[in-house]
Amino acid sequence: MKKSLSERLAILSDAAKYDASCASSGSTRRDSAKTGGLGSTTGNGICHAYTPDGRCISLLKILLTNFCVYDCAYCINRSSSNVERAKFTPDEVIWLTLEFYRRNCIEGLFLSSGIIRSSDHTMEQLVQVARDLRLKHGFRGYIHLKTIPDASPKLLEEAGLYADRLSINVEMPTETGLKDYAPEKDAGNIRRAMGDMRLKIDAAKEKTHTGRRAGRFSPGGQSTQMIIGADAATDQDVLASSSGLYGSYGLRRVYYSAFSPIPDASAILPVRSPPLQREHRLYQADWLFRFYGFDFGELTASRPNGMLDLEIDPKLAWALDNRAQFPVDLNLASKEMLLRVPGLGVRTVAALLSARKHTTIRLEDLARLNVSIKKVRPFVKASGWSPARLTDRQDLRTLFLPAPQQMRLL
Amino acid sequence: MALQRDIPPDQILWRYPEADLDLFHAAENQTFEGEVVRDVRLKASSLPLLKDVLCHSSADRFALAYRLLWRLQSDPNLLSVVTDQDVAQARRMVHQVRRAAHKMTAFVRFREQGTSETGRRRFLSWFEPDHHVLEKVSSFFAGRFADMDWMILTPRGSLRWDGKTVHCSFEPCEKQVLDDDVDQLWQTYYASTFNPARVRTKAMRNEMPRRYWHNLPEANLIPHLVAQAEKRVAEMAAQEALPAPKFHQALQNRQKAAPAAVPTAGSWADLKQQIRTCQACSLHCHATQAVLGEGPETAKIMLVGEQPGDQEDLAGRPFVGPAGSLLKECMAEAGVEPPALYMTNAVKHFRFTTRGRRRIHQTPGAEHVQACQPWLRQEIALVRPQLVVTLGATALRAVAGPSAQLKDFRGLMHEDAQGGHRHLSLAHPSWILRLGPTEQAEQERQRLIEGLRKMQTAL
Repeated sequence: MKKSLSERLAILSDAAKYDASCASSGSTRRDSAKTGGLGSTTGNGICHAYTPDGRCISLLKILLTNFCVYDCAYCINRSSSNVERAKFTPDEVIWLTLEFYRRNCIEGLFLSSGIIRSSDHTMEQLVQVARDLRLKHGFRGYIHLKTIPDASPKLLEEAGLYADRLSINVEMPTETGLKDYAPEKDAGNIRRAMGDMRLKIDAAKEKTHTGRRAGRFSPGGQSTQMIIGADAATDQDVLASSSGLYGSYGLRRVYYSAFSPIPDASAILPVRSPPLQREHRLYQADWLFRFYGFDFGELTASRPNGMLDLEIDPKLAWALDNRAQFPVDLNLASKEMLLRVPGLGVRTVAALLSARKHTTIRLEDLARLNVSIKKVRPFVKASGWSPARLTDRQDLRTLFLPAPQQMRLL
Repeated sequence: MALQRDIPPDQILWRYPEADLDLFHAAENQTFEGEVVRDVRLKASSLPLLKDVLCHSSADRFALAYRLLWRLQSDPNLLSVVTDQDVAQARRMVHQVRRAAHKMTAFVRFREQGTSETGRRRFLSWFEPDHHVLEKVSSFFAGRFADMDWMILTPRGSLRWDGKTVHCSFEPCEKQVLDDDVDQLWQTYYASTFNPARVRTKAMRNEMPRRYWHNLPEANLIPHLVAQAEKRVAEMAAQEALPAPKFHQALQNRQKAAPAAVPTAGSWADLKQQIRTCQACSLHCHATQAVLGEGPETAKIMLVGEQPGDQEDLAGRPFVGPAGSLLKECMAEAGVEPPALYMTNAVKHFRFTTRGRRRIHQTPGAEHVQACQPWLRQEIALVRPQLVVTLGATALRAVAGPSAQLKDFRGLMHEDAQGGHRHLSLAHPSWILRLGPTEQAEQERQRLIEGLRKMQTAL
């Protein structure tokens, strides 16, 4: 018996939820006020709901189908899994997107799919949904399409025309990891596809010699995801991989997805709860790279086993390992150095830089900027404050550790 | 008006009609004594903050805004001094107002209520914003939901859109209880997209505070989802491995049955495949792809560069980056037709280090040149050119041996008896680019053109 729309929605959103990306930001701003039609993108994106896993819902994240000819061990939809299968028609996906959008539940659509028949056949279906949303329905909301690495260039071109963002998952931090867990996928193909996308994205941003813009191609750039904790890769491996990805392919984001148990899991996978704290630290490291001027190598350089400190954040860990660079004078230090002070964020640093043109900063002033004095104290100098020997204390790290907690009784 | 008369903030008492009508003496607040002593001046950049302070729901918003305005007259840069008490408080309030506006754009839920007289679909929403943000968010909703009629009712007023303009009213509205057919589908999505293995309700509550829940159709599922999570995870862990479904076996068999094409040894196809999958040195780990040579397989001239650069690595083709453009420019000036040449690199993978989001070119080491040597040798053997032109020191060493010095070879034509071809060594165009816009660069450019002419006439 054919499953109802609601039943299929349940299956195909459950099948899509292991993709961490839900961003609806970074595209061009546009709206429908003057043109009529439906939809806008605001630049920053909006999270319309949060589920009890603490993740946001910004886009309707679904698969066109969870039938798949690939057998990637970590994936709930691998061909050897006994998970229930279903598929949507392109029109059903379009209807769901528009109706949820009209009710202000979502910013748009994140569409992916299992590989059915061939890469081109699957990609053609994804592109059709995006094309119809844009051309038939005048939809101006956000569209993120998952790209199939070896689909034909013409389809990729068209996908970039309608989508705000394209992505290909590298899946595993290392090439050997991918070979072990996803035998049908090829790291070389994935890299080549990302390189190709980067060239297309860059070309679309450049003006032609007549001053006109070249054709539109994925204005929100590209992103990727890797699974953390399924294989033996260390944080150093993961971050080295990120470093290459950001540098080589100009990615907007690399997502880290703590490997999470799935129903009917493959026997080669670890049975344990997802390493959420590790994932959190990797995201912090990623933030330090993207907004704080850190290089990934600095963050793992002095870590003994290539793993980030789980108890304290990577910025604090770096500061403790590089005490010779502290204390930093709030009234004199460069922006780059202020950004390296544990407890000072990007916004605080901007505020401090603007304030210090007109006044002298004291330590107490930081409280007005919602900065934890306790955290920054050992690392800064200010008018009337010098940490003296505090910076060099042997037990400085222990002052920052969270209060010990009772283990849960099992 | 008060400001024009320079009345200090502490002499003004702000009262609210809704607070206590008996105490409100309208007359006292409407006229100000004293002479107009100055014009009010304000930097345009100060306005957004002051406007947003006034959207806050706290009782002292007017007093604070006036105090700031009054102080700004003598200290126009006051708002930059974020450590000032008033400024800090204003910034806090503005942050709350902007967050409230943002949350309103996030958590308003429309429900369909039939169609209007003009046949447009009609949607209605009930929402309780934290501050006076209706006007702030009106353009967002108008810009997004243009093709439908909608109304947002709140205790602080309402917004209505008829396809042309947004009507904003500050008349408090009655609480509405709304639903529609799509609610159930939305709840299905919400429940299915939740991952029970990673419950973090605190993170959820930080971003979606409880006070918003009663107007969100999905929020009443939360207690049940949280309560069931642990059990669902335990079930997943306890689940016994099942045999794979039949179609999996069929797929696997089909894959085994399809034989992979094996190219004949020594052919072009074989060489290309070997280069693509080469792991002889560590460069393949970081580069996007091996970049193969390009050009007629019977070319009389073979051009050998150093290694693919950033653009070549991404595109998978040699000489498409800035150095390639310079080379082609010089070729045009020298009257050389690039399509007639076979162009390749001494090293097939890009060697680089990353700095932030940029890749910095690194000269390949002797070990990389050596690892790639068999490929270059086979290319030469297959093309059998009459002349091999090397660009730069790396290419020279790949062809003439590791001890060859560019200064001894540059611009000279040699007979390579072993290889059965002649050899000409020129500078690499990327080196000329690195010289920048200098006189030396121009001289070197001319030398390169000269060399290319020599190459052209050598045959």
